[in-house]
Amino acid sequence: MTPVNAIEVVGVTKSFVRHSEPAKSLKERVLTLRRNTTTRFNALDDIRFDVPMGSSIGLLGHNGSGKSTLLKCIAGTIRPSSGSVRVRGRIAALLELGAGFHPDLTGRENVFLNSSILGFSRAQIERIFDDIVEFSELGPFIDSQVKHYSSGMYARLGFAVAVNVEPQILLIDEVLAVGDEAFQRKCLDRIDRFQHEGRTLLLVTHSPDLARQICDRVVVLDHGSQVFDGDPSEAAAVYRRSLAQRGEPVPESMDRPVRIAAPEIVDRIYAPGDSLELTAAFESDRMLRGARPRLFVHANDGALAATAEDLGTVDGTSGSIKLTIHDLPFMEGRYHATIALFDDDTELDRSAAHSFDVMTAGRGVGRFRLQVTVG
Amino acid sequence: MRRRPLVASTGVRDGETAELTVVENSDRARPIRERMREVWNYRELLSQLVRRELKVKYKNSALGFVWTLFNPLMYLAIFSIVFGLFLRSAVPLYGIFLLSGLLMWNVFSMGTMTATASIVSNGSLIKKVWFPREILPLSSIGAVLVNFCFQFLVLAVGMAVFRHPPDWAMLPLLVPALVVGTLLALSLGLLLSALNVYLRDVQHLVELLMLAMFWLTPVVYQYDFVADQVRERFGNGAERLVLLNPMIAVTTAFQRVLYNPTPTGDPATDPFGLLFRPASWYLVNLAIAGVIAIAACWFALWLFGRLEANFGEEL
Repeated sequence: MTPVNAIEVVGVTKSFVRHSEPAKSLKERVLTLRRNTTTRFNALDDIRFDVPMGSSIGLLGHNGSGKSTLLKCIAGTIRPSSGSVRVRGRIAALLELGAGFHPDLTGRENVFLNSSILGFSRAQIERIFDDIVEFSELGPFIDSQVKHYSSGMYARLGFAVAVNVEPQILLIDEVLAVGDEAFQRKCLDRIDRFQHEGRTLLLVTHSPDLARQICDRVVVLDHGSQVFDGDPSEAAAVYRRSLAQRGEPVPESMDRPVRIAAPEIVDRIYAPGDSLELTAAFESDRMLRGARPRLFVHANDGALAATAEDLGTVDGTSGSIKLTIHDLPFMEGRYHATIALFDDDTELDRSAAHSFDVMTAGRGVGRFRLQVTVG
Repeated sequence: MRRRPLVASTGVRDGETAELTVVENSDRARPIRERMREVWNYRELLSQLVRRELKVKYKNSALGFVWTLFNPLMYLAIFSIVFGLFLRSAVPLYGIFLLSGLLMWNVFSMGTMTATASIVSNGSLIKKVWFPREILPLSSIGAVLVNFCFQFLVLAVGMAVFRHPPDWAMLPLLVPALVVGTLLALSLGLLLSALNVYLRDVQHLVELLMLAMFWLTPVVYQYDFVADQVRERFGNGAERLVLLNPMIAVTTAFQRVLYNPTPTGDPATDPFGLLFRPASWYLVNLAIAGVIAIAACWFALWLFGRLEANFGEEL
């Protein structure tokens, strides 16, 4: 079966006219009619990639790389100068929460307005209305005008609408960068559920770590050109290299004096009791003496499942950390391994590997494998 | 690649994949037929926006929607006094005469003006979410039509109080008149709302245009004043030239039905000699104006489709 594409980006080019001074009134237009004060530049240059249904794709790029412009072309708020974007199914964008809320209307009225912007019929909105109110935890306030809401309540209602409209395709633009940790966690949980429901996700970010955490595949944009399309870890490397070449500010982990590359996992699927090998390269600007690696394993819901310390010491300015987990104690589920380097109790850097899955043959519920004998 | 559960692998129910509509966003404007279908799909948004416009206008006011009714009531009272008593107009029951044309005129002028501003004033929405942009001017016109219905009640009550019944036999004429008037407002509103994004002057220009058109349309005065002039200058057969202003077909039909003038029998003194015509005369006028309106709508939709390409950037 050929995979059905949720989004097809076919040679999209977007050029903008750069006005030296935007002329908005008739007088200005007439006065500047004959003067050539505009220059054209390509914000996007012949971008092409497919997003198969049910996949999660990241768009990675520096500020001004054109990733937001591309997202707007996909969302349909701007039109490409040439090429086309084909979208199959309903799109919802988590661009700005509560876009289109009117302060003078009540929460209830805004939910109806906001959902209808996404193309819902009245009956459909009524069906999801209770879920939205419940998710937002705004029950008693739903009939108050939203201008009396706190900013937190406002964001909760916006988020509740965005995730409860159950779009087939969700566009996310850096929304995870805002909000407190609990809110980010809620977003990530919801994204995870989205992925498990087989919905399509397009994440725009300038954080390679986030892209690696969430996406199957990452497209890297650099000054409007598509420079990479493939594995998230490689994409992160391409992205970091392109930033370094241009001497631009590099993302967080590059600023650190000690850097651990994403640990490589030999295999992706394991059975309980298997051995798992992880290898992570590290670099340091200063000489490391007796730095200690630690291993963290998180379950897919973000809970810390296990840690390992006392893993020897690391010296020098570069090298690799190789760890083997013996007799894997986990039951069915997806797990994320993170390697960190510590100097006493100060964390120098950490890096998360691609997730790995444990599959159990028999029945069993729970996270850990218990070896039980009878008698 | 990550493993995905095989169940529900597309996020849609079985067999739904084929039904998912494919929307293409390219440099070409999308065909009008397709856009009209989308407007239909988004009809709930249209009704929500109409509601919003009406609710927000009178939110936080004690009397709320009652304010809508005060406007025509005031016109009815003031114009009856000024024209009936001070100016001693030859038109009996001047207040009723004025309102019978004015309410429909308001649909046209208020509709055009609010629609013109609709795209720019909803700029934040346009930049963030896609929906058929035509919905915005449409919702302005929708809100004006709802207001019209309420104001019409005031006129109806006024007519009952003054014991001045409409011409019941001609009453169905109001339907095509309302449709043509609304289409005219819609075509202008669509056209100007798109132009207004690029040239904000349009918003101010349209106010002047409406002021000029108000006095060039027989609402305050009788149709005869215009028709007489046209016939004097261009000959008897040239009366249809007044349809250069297609709103005349609309307002005269409204006046004919609602004001329902009684001919005095003496053409020299009858202030409504010309307004008193058979239904066919109004129907032909409305048909011509209707053709103009539909052509204008089509042109407006076509141009709107081209101009909307850069809404997201110009706002």
